[in-house]
Amino acid sequence: MAQITPALVVQDIYKNFGSLDVLKGVSLTANQGDVISILGASGSGKSTFLRCINLLETPSSGSISVNGEEIQMKKNRAGLLVPENIRQVERIRTNLAMVFQGFHLWSHMTILENIIEGPVHILGKNKAEATEEAHSLLEKVGIYDRSDYYPNHLSGGQQQRVAIARALAMNPKVMLFDEPTSALDPELVGEVLTVMRDLAEEGRTMVVVTHEMGFARDVSNRCIFLHEGRIEEQGLSKDIFMYQKSKRFQQFLNSTNN
Amino acid sequence: MEQIWEFRSILLQGMLWSIAVAVSSLMLSVILGLIGAWGKLSSNSTANRLANMYTTVVRGVPDLVLMLLIFYGGQQTLNHIGQSTGLWGYIEIGQFTASVSTIGLIFGAYMTETFRGAIIAIPQGQREAGIACGMSKVLIFKRIIFPQMLQIALPSFTNNWLVLIKTTSLVSVLGLQELTYVSKAIGLKYQSPFTFLIFAFFAYLILTMISELIFYFLNRKNRMVSRGI
Repeated sequence: MAQITPALVVQDIYKNFGSLDVLKGVSLTANQGDVISILGASGSGKSTFLRCINLLETPSSGSISVNGEEIQMKKNRAGLLVPENIRQVERIRTNLAMVFQGFHLWSHMTILENIIEGPVHILGKNKAEATEEAHSLLEKVGIYDRSDYYPNHLSGGQQQRVAIARALAMNPKVMLFDEPTSALDPELVGEVLTVMRDLAEEGRTMVVVTHEMGFARDVSNRCIFLHEGRIEEQGLSKDIFMYQKSKRFQQFLNSTNN
Repeated sequence: MEQIWEFRSILLQGMLWSIAVAVSSLMLSVILGLIGAWGKLSSNSTANRLANMYTTVVRGVPDLVLMLLIFYGGQQTLNHIGQSTGLWGYIEIGQFTASVSTIGLIFGAYMTETFRGAIIAIPQGQREAGIACGMSKVLIFKRIIFPQMLQIALPSFTNNWLVLIKTTSLVSVLGLQELTYVSKAIGLKYQSPFTFLIFAFFAYLILTMISELIFYFLNRKNRMVSRGI
C-alpha cells in the first residue's frame, strides 16, 4: 500500500499553565479528508489542544507535523519549549487556518478586505485575483451583496460564515474550528453548520472542537473525547455514538442530550 | 477694529508661528508617543522603566517650568558637554526649537498614554486572528494594530491636540513672536491691550473650532465603521 503523508500529526502534547496541567499527552492524526470532532466538558483541555496545534499556545512538550513537515522546536534558557524558527511557524500557520468562537473578523476592514488580507499580504497574491476568489468564496458561504459592509453590520451567523471564507481564502491543508457555533444565537447555528457540512463533503480536512453532537455524529468521521487533559475515548463516529467504553463519555453524552 | 487691520500682517505672522509650533510639536509628540507606548507595553524591563519615568516626570512638572528649563538650562548643558568633550562648538537653541521640543516632549507623554490605552483596548482576538493565519509581528502591527489604534485613540488624540494648541501660547515667555506675544506686545505699546487680546481670544477659538470640526467628521466616520450604524 502506498504511503500517504497525513495532513496533520500531533504527538503527545503536554501543556501546563503554571502548576495546572491542562494537557497530559494528547495525540491526533488527521489524514487527508478527515473530519475530526473533539468533544469534552468545559475545562477538559479541548480548546487548549486545538490552540496548541497552530502554536497560539506553545505546548510544554510534544510535536506537530503538517503535511509531513515538523515544526522545529527548541528549549529556551528557562527550559520552556519555543519555536526554533518563527518564519517556519508562520509559513506552516498559513496551512492551518483557524475559525474562532468569537469570529475575530478584523473590525476596521470590510468583509472583502478581511478575506483578501491574507492572500494579498501573506501569500503575495495579486489583488484582482484575490478579490475574484473572495467573491466566489462569499457566494459559497452564502453571503451575497455584503462585501463592502463592515463586520459589525452583520449578524453573528453571517460573521462566522465570513470567517470561514477568510480561512478558506488561504487554501489551507487543515482547518481548525474552535467552537464555531458556541457564541451564536440558537437560530443562527444551523447556517454555520450547513457551511461546515458542505466543506466536509468536498473533502476538506477539519479538526473541530464542538458541542454540537449532531455535527460530531453525522458529519465528522472520527471523534475524540477529552477528559481532564487526556483522551478518554476515541473512534469512528458511527461506532462511538452507538457504544461507549468509557462511563464518563456515556455520562457526557447523556448530559448533552438533555 | 482699524487698529487690528493696521497690524494685520504682524498678527497674521504671529498666528502662523503659533500654527507652526503647534503642528511641529504635534508631529514630535506623536513620534515620542509611539515610542513611549511601545516602551510601556514592551516586555523589556528597561524600556518599561524608561517609559514610565518619562510620563511620570513630564506629567508631574508644570509646562512652563519645563519650557524655561529646556530653553535656558538645555543650552547651557549642551554647550557644557560640547566644550568638555570637544565634539561640537557653541550651540544656540533657538526659540522655535526650544518651543517645539518642550511642547513635543510634554505632549509626547500624553500621547504615550493615549496610544497605550488604545492598543490595550484592541481585543486580543484581532491579534490572534492575524497570528493564526501566519502574519508576522510586523505585519500584525502594520495591518491590524496600528489602524485600530488610530481609530480608538482619535477622541483622546483630539483632546490632546486642542490642549496643545492652547499650550503654544506659553512659548511667548521665550520671546517667540507668536500670536499671544504679538497681541500682548502691540496691545501694550498702543495702550489698547483689550482690543488685541480679544483678537487673540477669537483667533485661538477659531483654530480650535476648525480642528474640532475636522475631528468631528473623522470620528463620525470611525463610529460608522465600529458600531455598524
